[in-house]
Amino acid sequence: MTHLIVNGELRTVSSDPDTPLLYVLRDELELNGAKFGCGLGQCGACTVLIDGQPVFSCLTPLLLLEGREVRTLEGLGTLENPGPVQAAFIAEQAAQCGYCIAGMIMRTQALLERSPNPDDDEIRGALEPQLCRCGTHMRIIRAVKHAARSLSAAAEATK
Amino acid sequence: MTIKRIVTTAFILACGAGSAALIYAWQPALPPIAPPSPTGFDASEVRYGADLALIGDCRTCHTAPGGRTFAGGLAMPTPFGTIYSTNITPDARTGIGQWSLEAFTRAMREGVDREGRHLYPAFPYDHFSLTTDVDMKALYAFLMTRDPIVAEAPANDLPFPINVRLVLAGWKLLFFHPARYTTDPTHDDIWNRGRYLVEGLAHCGACHTPRNFMGAETRSEDYAGGEVEGWSAFPLGRLSPAPIPWTEDALNHYLREGWQAHHGVALGPMRPVVENLAEAPAQDVAAMAHYLASLGATAGPSVQIPTVSPDASGQRPQSAGWQAAISTPAAGGPIGRAIFSAACASCHLSERPLPLGGVDLALSTSLSASTPQNLLDIVLNGVPASDGNPALIMPGFAGSMTNATLASLLTFLRVEVAGKSAWPDLPAAVAAARKAASPPIHVRATR
Amino acid sequence: MRHDISRRAVLQGTGALILSFALTRRAFALTETGVGDTSVHRLPGDLDSTPMLDAWIRIDPDDSATIFTGKAELGQGIKTALLQVAAEELKLPLTRLTLVTADTGRTPNEGYTAASHSVQDSGTAIRNAAAQVREILIGEASRRTGAGADELVARDGVVTGPGGLRLSYGELVSPQLLHVEAQPTSNLTDPKDFTVMDKPVPRVDIPAKLTGVASYVQDMRVPGMLHGRVVRPPSYGARLVSIDATSVEGMTGVVKVVKDGSFLGVIAEKEWTAIQAMRQLAALAKWNETAELPDESRLAEALMALPTQDTVILDVGKPDAAQYDVDASFSRPYLAHGSIGPSCAVARMDSDTLTVWTHTQGVFPLRNALAELFAMPRENVRCIQVEGAGCYGQNGADDVGADVAMLARALPGRTVRVQWMREQEHAWEPFGPGMVVHLQTALGADGMISTWRQEVWSQSHMMRPGPPGTLLAAREKADPFPPPPPVDLPMPEGGGDRNAIPLYVLPNARAVNHFLPEMLLRGSSMRSLGGYLNVFAIESTMDDLARLSKQDPVAFRLRHLADERAKAVIITAAERFGWDGRPKLPAGGGYGFGFARYKNLEAWCAVALEISIDQDTGRTIVERATAAVDTGQVVNPDGVRNQIEGGIVQATSWTLFEGVRFDRRRITSIDWAAYPILRFAHVPRAIDVHIVDRPGLPFLGAGEAAQGPTGAAIANAVRDATGQRLHALPLDAAKIRPQNLLAGRPRAGT
Repeated sequence: MTHLIVNGELRTVSSDPDTPLLYVLRDELELNGAKFGCGLGQCGACTVLIDGQPVFSCLTPLLLLEGREVRTLEGLGTLENPGPVQAAFIAEQAAQCGYCIAGMIMRTQALLERSPNPDDDEIRGALEPQLCRCGTHMRIIRAVKHAARSLSAAAEATK
Repeated sequence: MTIKRIVTTAFILACGAGSAALIYAWQPALPPIAPPSPTGFDASEVRYGADLALIGDCRTCHTAPGGRTFAGGLAMPTPFGTIYSTNITPDARTGIGQWSLEAFTRAMREGVDREGRHLYPAFPYDHFSLTTDVDMKALYAFLMTRDPIVAEAPANDLPFPINVRLVLAGWKLLFFHPARYTTDPTHDDIWNRGRYLVEGLAHCGACHTPRNFMGAETRSEDYAGGEVEGWSAFPLGRLSPAPIPWTEDALNHYLREGWQAHHGVALGPMRPVVENLAEAPAQDVAAMAHYLASLGATAGPSVQIPTVSPDASGQRPQSAGWQAAISTPAAGGPIGRAIFSAACASCHLSERPLPLGGVDLALSTSLSASTPQNLLDIVLNGVPASDGNPALIMPGFAGSMTNATLASLLTFLRVEVAGKSAWPDLPAAVAAARKAASPPIHVRATR
Repeated sequence: MRHDISRRAVLQGTGALILSFALTRRAFALTETGVGDTSVHRLPGDLDSTPMLDAWIRIDPDDSATIFTGKAELGQGIKTALLQVAAEELKLPLTRLTLVTADTGRTPNEGYTAASHSVQDSGTAIRNAAAQVREILIGEASRRTGAGADELVARDGVVTGPGGLRLSYGELVSPQLLHVEAQPTSNLTDPKDFTVMDKPVPRVDIPAKLTGVASYVQDMRVPGMLHGRVVRPPSYGARLVSIDATSVEGMTGVVKVVKDGSFLGVIAEKEWTAIQAMRQLAALAKWNETAELPDESRLAEALMALPTQDTVILDVGKPDAAQYDVDASFSRPYLAHGSIGPSCAVARMDSDTLTVWTHTQGVFPLRNALAELFAMPRENVRCIQVEGAGCYGQNGADDVGADVAMLARALPGRTVRVQWMREQEHAWEPFGPGMVVHLQTALGADGMISTWRQEVWSQSHMMRPGPPGTLLAAREKADPFPPPPPVDLPMPEGGGDRNAIPLYVLPNARAVNHFLPEMLLRGSSMRSLGGYLNVFAIESTMDDLARLSKQDPVAFRLRHLADERAKAVIITAAERFGWDGRPKLPAGGGYGFGFARYKNLEAWCAVALEISIDQDTGRTIVERATAAVDTGQVVNPDGVRNQIEGGIVQATSWTLFEGVRFDRRRITSIDWAAYPILRFAHVPRAIDVHIVDRPGLPFLGAGEAAQGPTGAAIANAVRDATGQRLHALPLDAAKIRPQNLLAGRPRAGT
C-alpha cells in the first residue's frame, strides 16, 4: 500500500510499488487527465505535478511517491468550474484532438507558479518537453499568456 | 575558496608586478579596416577555415542559446564571475568586421583585442597561440565570410579588480607562455597533426586539465581531469577512470559519432564538442584520437567487455520497444536496487544499441569516476530532446526523486554496479547538484 | 523495366491513355471516403446513399434533437461544425442538440472520415435533412391548425403563427412523421440570415477534454475490464518460430496468453501487468525474419526501379520539347502519422456478437473486415467510433481494432482494452508513402510556360479495410488473409497523383501517374496523400521559372491562372503578407510563396512566409506565415483557422525534419528520439490566417489545404535565402548547412 495526496486528498493505493504513477492514476484512481503517449519520457502527454514539479508520470514508479503530493488535470478545475489555466486554454480554443493538452496545461501550471509573466522564449523553452502533432502550438502559446494574465489579475485582486 | 580571497590575491599579484608589468601590459590599438568583401576570399581557404573552426569549437562559445551562430552573448560562469562571449561575425560595429588579419592573429595568439584590450582567458589563447599562420589566415577567411549579425554582447559581470583588464597582464606574465607549434621529429605526421590540434585549436586541456586558484591550467598535471559548468571533465590517458580502457579506435569513434559502445554517449559540455567534430574532417579527428591514445591508458578492464551484438537476427523484437521487462527485486534488498529496477532498468537493461538506447551502466565512467557529479547531473536533468535531430532522449528525475532517493540509487549504482567503494559525502554532493539543477533548461544546442 | 505499359493501356491498344479515360474510371472506382461518388438518388451530400430523414435526425418530445452522422470526430472539430449546420437549419439552439457519431448500429454509413469530405458529405446531408425536417414540422403545424405554411415561422424549436399559434417541435413530432425520403431540393436558410453557421462557435468537445472528463477511447473504463497487449514481429512478414509462454502465463495477474500463428498477445487484470507480460513474451519469442528493405539513402532510386502501372492523367497540346528550362526530380521519404496517443480499442464478445469501440475513420469498412476475418455475419459485429488522438489518416486505429477483437474472442464475456505501445505505432502504422515527382518545363519567349511534363511514382495511398488482409492481425493468424491488391485511387481526386495536374493554364502539358503495385514499406492514407509532394514540386518549379524569367513569383502565378477564386487567395495572401515592397532581409533571411487548390476540387490556399536560416548550422525558423484560404461557405471560421494553422505547423515539421528510418530489415525510427518532429523551439514565430468568405457556396474541407503550399513556400524561401534549390525532402539542417559555407555568399536575401 502506498499513500499519496492526489489533488489534495489522501489516497491509499494498492498497485505494486514498481507500477508507474500513470497507470495508478488512470486505472486505479480512474483519473483521465494524464495520458499514455510514449512511456519513454519523450512526449509529455503523461505530465503531472509532484510537489509542484512537472514529471513524466509514465516513468515515475509508485515507490518514489510515498507521502508525496500529486496534482493532475482534475486537480486544477472541473468541467463546470475550470481552473484559470484550463479556462485560458478553452478561451483560446487551444486544442485540436486535445490528447496532448492535459500535459501542456500541467507544464504551464508549473511554469506560471515559478514565473508568473513568461515571455515567448521562456514559454517555448518550458514547453519543449511536450509534443503536439495537430499543430496547435500557436494557440497553446497564446493560452499560456492568457493564463498568465488571468492569474496575475486574480493575484492583483486578492492583494 | 571564496571569490573575495581570489580577488585579493589577484589584486596583490597585479600590484606586485609593478611598473614593468604596466609597460608590458600596454598594447596599442590596431587600425580599423573596412569590412572585407566576402567574395574576396578563396573558397578552398574558407572551407578549410570552416573545418578548423569546428575543431576549435568557435561556435560553441560564441553562440547564445537560441541565438545566431557566432553572434556571441553566451554567458560563461567562471569562479570569478560571468563572462559573455563576443560577437565574432564580421559586423563592423558589434562584431569583428573592422579587424585586420593582424588584429585577429594578435587576439588568437596574445589575447588582446583590436582596440588593445586584454582578453579574459575564458578565451583559450593559451592554446590558440600554437596555431600556424596558414591556419590563422584560413580561420580569418572563414569568419570574415560569415553573415554579419548585429548583436551586442552583454557586459561582463565581474568584481573589482578582475574587471580591470590591465590585471590580466599580470596574469599573463605569470601563466601565459605563447609559442608556435613545433613538430616533434620523434613522432610521425599523424601524431604531430593530432598533437597540434589537441593542444592548440581543440583546447582539450581547457576542460580536462585542472586549473589553479588563478584559473590557469596546472601544466604539471596535464589531463588529470578538470571541472566545467558543474560537470567533471574526466582525466584522460593513464588516469582515466573508464571501466574499459580507451583505445585509439574507441576515441576516434567517440569523437566522431558522439558515442562509443563501451563507454556511452557524450553529454554535458562534451556534447557540443562531438557535434562539432562530427562535421570536421575525418582524418583530423583520427589524428586527434591517435595523439590522445598516445597519452597512455589504464592497465585493463575492470568490468567484463560485452561481446555479442545485442540484436542478433530474430531476437529482441522491436515490438518490445527495446524496453526490458523489469524483474522486481527480492524484498529486503537495498532500496537503491528497487529504485533502479523500477525507474532505470527498462531502458538501461534493454540492450537497445547506442546512441539511442540506454547505456549499460556498468560501462559508464560516470559511475567509476572519483565524484558523482556527472551521474547526478544526468539523473536530475536527463538528456532533453535535440531540436530536430535524431538523438537520445532521457527524462530527468529531479521532480520525482528526493535527495534521499537519489543517494540510495547512486550508492547502489556505485557499489553494486560499478563495484567501487561508496562516494564520500554523497548527501552533500546530492544537495549541491540539486541546487545547481533548477530550473531545467530544455532547449539544447543544435547543429 | 521502369515504364511498364499498364494492363489498362494494353486493353486500350495504346501505350498512352487519354484524359477522358482516366476520368471515366471514377464512376466505377472507390474514392478515398470509400463511398462511390456516383449519384444514385440525385440527393445532396450523403443523403444520396442514406435518403431517409430519420436516419439523420430524431426530434424528441422534449423539443431536443439528436443528429446522426456517419463521420468521426478526429480533432478537426467536425462535431461542432455539424451541430452548427443542424442548429441553423432546424432553428434549434445548439444546447438542445446531441450528436451521435459513426456507429454501425445507429448511424448512416458514410464510409471513411477522410479526404476533407466530412463537411461536404455529411454537413451537406445534415443541412438539407434539417431544412426538410423543419419544413415538415411547419407543414404538420399547418395541417393541424389550418394556417398557411407561409404564415408560420420556426424558431428556437417552436412553430409560431398568427393568433398566438404556438406549437413546439416536441408537440408536432410523431413516430412516423420523419420516416420519409429526402427531397432533391431544400428550403435552405439564406446566408445573410445565419445566426449559428459561419460564426466562431466554441468547440463543444474542448471543455471536457481539458478538464479530464473521459473523452477518448483510451479513457474507456467499464467494470471488470481487462487490459491486453500484443507482441508485434520484429520486421515485416516475420513468422513466429517458437515461444514458451509458460513463465508469462504463470505471472500474477496474467489472465491469458493468446497465440494464433504469428499473432501473439496477452490479457491481464492490470495494464502494467499486461505491459510487463508483453515485454517478457517479446524477450522469449523467436522469429524468422525475411524482410528485405531498400537502402534508405537511395530510396528515390529504389522507388523508380519498381514495376509501374502507368496512367496518363493529363495530355494537352504538344508537351515534348527539345530542351527544358527546369528538369528536376523531387522526392519525399516515408512519413509517419505520428499520433501522440498510440492507437487503442476496446472490445467485448458476447455469445455470437462482437462489439468494438474504436477510433477508426471508417466503422462500416472495419466492421466488414472484422466480420470476414472471423467468419461472422456482419450484423453480429458492431463498431462504435469513440475519439482517439489525432490520426491524420490511417494510423494503427484499424489494426488495434483487430488486435483487441482477437483477444476478446479468446475470452468471451469480458471487456478487453488494448493500447499499442509507442514503438508499435511508430514501426507498424501504415506510413505516408515515399514518392518521387519528375518535372520538365520550359518557358516561351513571352515569359509564359510553354510546356510542362510531370511524372509521379508512388505506391497506393489507400490500403484501408474493407478487405481483412489490410489488418496486421489477419496477416499474422495461423490461417492468414493475404494482403489485398493495392488500390490506385483514380482521378480527379487521385492518390499519389493527387494535385499532379497543375491548376495553372498550360497550353502543352502531360502528366503521368506511375502507380507502384509493390510496397517497399507498409503505407496508406496520410493527410493530403500525394498532394503534398506534387504541390511541393509544382510550386518549387513555378518559383524557379519565375526567377529564370526575372518575374515576381506571385505575378508569375497570377499570369498563369484563369480561376478567379485561385487568384483571389493568392492576391489576399500576398497583400496581407506585404509581398510587394517586402523589405530586404538580413543575411540568412528568405521569402517564399506557395499555392494550391487541394485536389483541384476543394479549398484554395496560398501561403506566404519568411524564414531565417542560421548560416553555420542550417537551422531554419519560420519567422512569420500568412495564409489565405477559400473553403466556400464557412461553417466555423475559428475552426477553419485552427485547421489552417495546424496544417502550416504540421507541414513545417514534415518539411524540415521528418522521414521514416530503416535498415535493410527493420524500421528503426521507433520513437520520438529516432523520429524527431517539431518541438516548441521551432514553432513559427507568427501565423496569420485570412478567410476569403464565400457565403452560400458549397462547403469545402480545410484540413488538408495548407500542407502542400506550406512545404513549397518553405522550399522557395530556402532558395531565396541560400540561392540553392533543394529537391529532396526533408529540407533538414544537414542539407541546408553545406550550401552556406562557401565564400561569396550574397550578403542579403535577394
